[in-house]
Amino acid sequence: MEKKRILWRGELTTQRSLSIRGLFCLSSGISWLMFFLMLPGLLFVAVSFATRGDHGELVWQFSLESYERLMGFSLFGWTPDYLLILWRSVEVAFITTLIAVLLSYPLSFFIASRPAKSRYMWLTLVIVPFWTNMVIRTYAWFYLLSPDLPLAKLACALGFIPEGTPLYPNVFAVYLGMVTVFLPFVVLPLYSSVERLDWSLVEAAQDLYSSRMRVFMQAILPQTAPGLAVGIILTFVPAMATFVVPDLLGGAKYMLVGNLIQQQFGASRDWPFGAAVSLGLMILTMISLQIYSRKGKEIEIV
Amino acid sequence: MRKTHPVVKGLALLTVWFLYLPLLGVAVCSFNTAKDGWVWKGFTFDWYVKLFDNDWILNAAWNTLVLGLVSTVIATVIGTVLAVGINRFPWGRKTNSFLNTMLNIPVVIPDIVMAGSLVVVFGILREVSSIFDMGMVDMIIGHVTFQIAFVALVVRSRLTLIGQDVEEAARDLFASNWYLMRKVMLPLMMPGIVAGAMLAFTLSLDDFVISFFLSGPDSQTLPLYIYASVRRGVTPQIHALSTLVVLVTVVLVVGAQFLSKKEEA
Repeated sequence: MEKKRILWRGELTTQRSLSIRGLFCLSSGISWLMFFLMLPGLLFVAVSFATRGDHGELVWQFSLESYERLMGFSLFGWTPDYLLILWRSVEVAFITTLIAVLLSYPLSFFIASRPAKSRYMWLTLVIVPFWTNMVIRTYAWFYLLSPDLPLAKLACALGFIPEGTPLYPNVFAVYLGMVTVFLPFVVLPLYSSVERLDWSLVEAAQDLYSSRMRVFMQAILPQTAPGLAVGIILTFVPAMATFVVPDLLGGAKYMLVGNLIQQQFGASRDWPFGAAVSLGLMILTMISLQIYSRKGKEIEIV
Repeated sequence: MRKTHPVVKGLALLTVWFLYLPLLGVAVCSFNTAKDGWVWKGFTFDWYVKLFDNDWILNAAWNTLVLGLVSTVIATVIGTVLAVGINRFPWGRKTNSFLNTMLNIPVVIPDIVMAGSLVVVFGILREVSSIFDMGMVDMIIGHVTFQIAFVALVVRSRLTLIGQDVEEAARDLFASNWYLMRKVMLPLMMPGIVAGAMLAFTLSLDDFVISFFLSGPDSQTLPLYIYASVRRGVTPQIHALSTLVVLVTVVLVVGAQFLSKKEEA
C-alpha cells in the first residue's frame, strides 16, 4: 500500500503513524474503563440471570428467578413489595427534585442580583455543601430534629410524634435530608442560566402588562430552561439511587431501591437479586435520560 | 445590578440557612461539654484534642488520605493521556461517539450500581489472586474508575480551549513530537490538569457508597467511620471529626476557586 502523506496540525505525517500514536494514547484509559466499567457491567447482566447458592455463593445456572422476585412473584403468590419500592424511589426523587427547583429559583435570582464582589461569596456558600460529604450532611439533621429542639416540639404539639422522641426516622426527615443534599445540584446549573438572562425580554413582557405568572412562564422559564434541565437530571438520577439519606433518616420502614440493592450485597448476600434490582434502577435511569435528551432538543429549538 | 423582590430575597436567605443550619448545629455540638444529649452545658476543645488519641480515627484519616492521593495520581495520569488521545487525533465519527459514550457512562451511572458490579467482579477475581480481597486495592480501583472520566472531561475542554494554532506554530518551528508535548502542550494543559486532579481528589473524599461496598476490615475511611459511629449513636467526638472534615472541604473548595479565578485574570 502506498503511504500517503497528510498534513495534520502542522505535522507532515502518515495516517498510519497518527493512528498508532492515537491508539497508544487511548489504550491505557480505554482498557481501564473496559476492564473495570464495561466488563463488570456485562458480567452484572449475566449475574442477574444466575442463581444464588445456599451460602450466598454464585451458581452459574440460568434462571429468571431474580426478575420474577423483582416483579413480585414468589412461592406464596404475588406481592407488589419490590415494585412499590421502585415506585417509591421514583416518587421520592420526583418530589425532591420539585422542591429543590422551587427553592432554587429565588436563590439563583438572589445570587445573580448581588454586586460582582459578594456574588462569589454567595456562590461559594452553595458550592461548599455541594462538595461536603453526604454522610455528614445527612446525619447533621439529627441535632435539629432532636426532641429538645423546636421542630420536634412543634411536631409533638401537633400530635405527630409522642413526647420526648426525635423527629426521625420518618418520611418528613427523608425529604429534609434529600432536599438539602441535592439542592446545590439544581442551584448551580440554574444560576449559570440566570446569570446570562436577557432582562430586556422580561421588561418587554412587563411593559405589555403581562401578569407575573406570564412573565415567568414566557420570558424567564424558556431562557433558564437549559440550566434547569441540567439541574433536574443531576438531581433526579442520583436521588433515585440514593441510599445514605433514607438509611439514616428514614429507618427500616422507609426503604428505597438504593437500600434494597445495598442489602443484597451486604447482609442478604444475594448477588443475582441485587444485580436484577440494579438493572431495574438502570432502566429507570435510562428512561429519565431519554426524556431529558428529547426535551433537551426541544429546548434548543425554542 | 437589579433589585430583587423582598419575597425572593427572604426565600433565598431562608434556603441558605436551610443548607447550613444542620452543619452549624454539628459545629456547635462539637464544642459542647455535654457528653450526650443536645443541651448546651459549656464550651470545650476536649473533643478535638481527643480525636488525636483515637487510633481508629487516625487510621481512618490515614486511609482516606492514601485512597484519595493514590487514586487521584493514577486517574490524573490516565485521564490526561486519554483526553489527549481523544482530542488530538483525527478520529472518525463512530470512534468519537464511542469515546464520548465511554466518558459519559461513569458520570451518569448511579454509584450504587457501579459499586455492585465491582463487588461481583472482585468476587470473581479473588479466586485468581488474593490482591483483590476486599480492601484498599479494590477501593482504589473503584475510585480511579469514576475519576478517570471526570479528569478526561476537564482536560479535554482545556484542550479545546487551547485550539491548534500554538501546535501548528511549534511544528513550523520544527518541534519534535516529544518536545511539543513536553514544552508546549503540557504547560498549556497544566491548569486543566490541576483542576481535574482537584476535582478527582474531592470526588474521592466525597465518596461513600463505592468505599462502603468495597472496604475490608483494615481499610476504614473517615466517611465510613462516621457512618458506622452515627448508626450506633452520635457522640461529640463525631461532631468534632465532621466539623474538621467540613473545614478541609471548605479550604479545598475556596482554594480551587481562587486558583481558577487567578487563571481567568
